[in-house]
Amino acid sequence: MNQATDHSHIPDWGVDLDPAKRPAVPMERTPPRLDGLHWDRPSQQPRTVEVLHSIERPGITPVFGTSAPPKGLSGWIRRRAFRRSESDLSHWMLLLLADRVNVAEGLADDVRRSPRARAAAFGLAGAALALWVLRRRRT
Amino acid sequence: MLATTYRRPYRVRAARVPEPVIEHPDDAIVRVTRACICGSDLHLYHGLVPDTRVGSIFGHEFTGVVEEVGANVRNLKAGDHVLVPFNVFCGTCASCSHELYGNCENVNPQATAVGGAYGYSHTAGGYDGGQAEYVRVPFADIGPTVIPSDIHVEDAVLLTDVVPTGYQAAEMGDIHENDTVVVFGAGPVGLMAARCSWLMGAGRVIVVDQYDYRLEFARRFAQAETINFREVDDMALHLKKMTDWRGADVCIDAVGCEADGNFMQTLTGVTLKLQAGAATALHWAINSVRRGGNVSIVGVYGPTFNAVPIGSAMNKGLTLRMNQASVKRHLPHLIEHVRAGRLKPRELITHRVPLEEVDEAYHRFSAKQDGCIKTLLIPPRAGRIDPPTPVARPPSTHLH
Repeated sequence: MNQATDHSHIPDWGVDLDPAKRPAVPMERTPPRLDGLHWDRPSQQPRTVEVLHSIERPGITPVFGTSAPPKGLSGWIRRRAFRRSESDLSHWMLLLLADRVNVAEGLADDVRRSPRARAAAFGLAGAALALWVLRRRRT
Repeated sequence: MLATTYRRPYRVRAARVPEPVIEHPDDAIVRVTRACICGSDLHLYHGLVPDTRVGSIFGHEFTGVVEEVGANVRNLKAGDHVLVPFNVFCGTCASCSHELYGNCENVNPQATAVGGAYGYSHTAGGYDGGQAEYVRVPFADIGPTVIPSDIHVEDAVLLTDVVPTGYQAAEMGDIHENDTVVVFGAGPVGLMAARCSWLMGAGRVIVVDQYDYRLEFARRFAQAETINFREVDDMALHLKKMTDWRGADVCIDAVGCEADGNFMQTLTGVTLKLQAGAATALHWAINSVRRGGNVSIVGVYGPTFNAVPIGSAMNKGLTLRMNQASVKRHLPHLIEHVRAGRLKPRELITHRVPLEEVDEAYHRFSAKQDGCIKTLLIPPRAGRIDPPTPVARPPSTHLH
C-alpha cells in the first residue's frame, strides 16, 4: 500500500474503496442481476433486408440492425469482405475500401437528388468542357 | 424524421429519413428527448471504423419517451421516459449470463469480436442510433431503464455511457487505498474515470491531455493533478519522476485510436491507417505504470492491430484489463451516486444545441473549439421535460 495522504479536500473519497461495493467485481458474475427477462433464448427477427454475417459464426444473429443494407459497388466489395474471417486483415481492409467507394456513391446520390448540387455539377462539367475546347482551338 | 446521417469523413448531416418500425416483438420505438455526441463518435466521424456506411444514423447516448412497444414487451409502456444503455444485449447468451452485456453474442452478425451498440457502424451490429427523433430499441424489457423522477434528464443521458464507462475504467484498474492513478485523456470519460478513482480510494489522480482548457476542467471537476504532454519531453520518464521512479500503480487509457503525441503512431495509425489507430496513450500507459501494475483500457481501437510494447507489459508483469462498459450492471449503483451528489455528470455538458445543427456540433467537438467538452443534442420533437422532483429517501445502503 502507498503512503497515506490527507484526502479531506476530496468529497466522498473512498466510498467505493471496498471492492465488494463495486458492481463489476468480480468481472464475471452469475446469475445476472437482470430484471424483466422472460425468454430463454431470443426469437428470430425476420430478415427484411440483406444482412451480411461474419463467417466465424454459423449465420445471422437472432436480432440485428437493418441500417443501410449493402448496395452498389460498395455492397459488392462488402460481400467479398465477408467471405474472409475477422482474423484476416484483408477482411477489414476491404471494408475500409468499401467505405471509401460508398462515400463516392453518396456524393453521386447527392448530385442526383439535389437541384443545387446537380446545377453545380453540370456547371463544373460545362466549365471543364469549355476549357478543353478552348485549349484544343489554341493548339 | 430528422436524424444525424453519415455522409463522408468529417461530414454528417441532419437529414429527413423514414421513421423506424417495430422489427421484432421485443422491440420498442422511442422518441428521443436528449442525445449526446460521444468522443468515440469522432472515430466514426473521421472514417476510422470499418463498415461505416453512408446514410447510417449515429448516436449511442440517448434518452427518450416510449412511443410504441412490440407484442412481447411487458415491462415498458407508451409514455415511459427511459435512458437506454448504449449496449444492445439479449440477456441470455453466455456473455450476458455473466453480466458482460457489452459482449452479447446474439446481436451482432457482422463481427464476433464486437458486441452490439446503437449507431456505431455495422461492425457493431448495424443499428441506427439515437441522434435522431426516433430510434428502434431491441430487447426493450431489459435494456432501457425508466428514469427515476428525481434524476435530471441531463444526468440520465450521461448514465447511458459516459458515467458507467468512466466508472468501469477505474474499476478495471483494481484501485487500492492510496494508489496513484494516471488517466490519459481529459475527455468526458477520462474526467469521469478520474473522479471515480477518488471514490475508490486513490491517493493521487493525475490527468494527462494536450488541451489546457480540458486540464483546467480536470482540476476543477476531478480535483486532479494535470500534465500537458506538449510541455513534457518524455511522458513515461516524467511520470516516473513524479512517482519516486516507480511508476503509477494504475494507468487508464481513456483516449483510444486517435491519440496525438507521437508522430509515427499518428502517421501509421491515423494518416496511413496501417494500424488500427494511433496507440500513443496505450504505449505511454504500459511504459508509465509500475512493475506489477494495472492498465485499464476503455479507449476505442479498431479491429485490426496496433503497435504497443507488449514485451514490456510481459516483463513488467502487468495486468491489462479492457472492455466496453457493461452499462446495465452499473446503473443501480451509479444512479445512487448521482442521487447522492457524489457524481455530477451534467457538469460535463458545455454545449446544448438543436439536432438541426449537428454538423456544426460535430465539427466544434472534433476541432476542440469553444471549450467543448460534451455536446447535448435536442431533437425538435423532444417535447417538454418536467424538472426532477426531489424524493425523500433513507440513506442508501444498497451499494451492491
